[in-house]
Amino acid sequence: MKVQRVFKRFVVGSAALAFSVLLIGVMLEPPAAGVDLRAAVSANLAVSGVAHPVTAVLLNFRGYDTLLEIAVLLLALIVILASGLEALSSRPRAVDPVLQTLAQLAAPSMIVVAVYLLWAGAFRPGGAFQAGAVLAAAGVLLHLTGLLPGWQAPTLKLRLGLTAGLLIFLAIAAAVLSQGALMQYPPRQAGMLILLIEAGFTVSLGLILAGLFLFISRDPGDPT
Amino acid sequence: MSFVFDVVLAAALLWSGARCLTTARLDQAIVLFIAFGLLLALVWARLSAPDIGLAEAAIGAGLTGALLLDVYGALKRSKP
Repeated sequence: MKVQRVFKRFVVGSAALAFSVLLIGVMLEPPAAGVDLRAAVSANLAVSGVAHPVTAVLLNFRGYDTLLEIAVLLLALIVILASGLEALSSRPRAVDPVLQTLAQLAAPSMIVVAVYLLWAGAFRPGGAFQAGAVLAAAGVLLHLTGLLPGWQAPTLKLRLGLTAGLLIFLAIAAAVLSQGALMQYPPRQAGMLILLIEAGFTVSLGLILAGLFLFISRDPGDPT
Repeated sequence: MSFVFDVVLAAALLWSGARCLTTARLDQAIVLFIAFGLLLALVWARLSAPDIGLAEAAIGAGLTGALLLDVYGALKRSKP
């Protein structure tokens, strides 16, 4: 019995070791990338409207991906709403007043950070996704400290906010359709259009991510 | 110097990941998950991918961590 266990351990251990050695060997000699687009990106950075290559790729060269990403997130939220949320009694939770004060202090600065990230995305790491996540985190923080009640049902204003990012993106995509291609921004206005799209994105992403949290957060003791 | 930092960072990442998976206590696992996410954000920054690092810190560690903590609180409250 004991011998069997030792043997089993030995087999598993040596297999794991062999696998690790194999993995390290592969890591040390990575194959050349099949498609290298870095040259193409830096060659076309000037006409993209922004100075940061990641933002240029996300919002201009591969705009489709970003458009579909926000659509997928919106769809996830709609599915959550469609799967049915019963009306909940929002009983205030007993919360530490120190926590509440801290959250009240943190929330405004988080909004400032979100706006900074949005603005910085044009020329350095940052961008709408990070900004939206920070906004959502501020909403979650306020909710957890009992300052922001959970959302019971989407009102018209909230619906507009949730869909603004996708709608602005679609409107701009349709507007530049006359230029020939679906998402080919005219180089001169590209920076402005990208900023507009990203601003809508930030608001919508923040609301969607916070909504994933605030719509389904239930009060303790409520029947699920 | 930076090599030493990288080695320590990698070791801490692996250690926190392993501890997060193996610890028996749920609250410890959640805190370790958040620590893991923040370390991972640092790793991305060291790999000169600050964009991914920012996203990891904001979404992976921040938002997911808050969600997990809230779930933990709800679980604890729902238990008698």
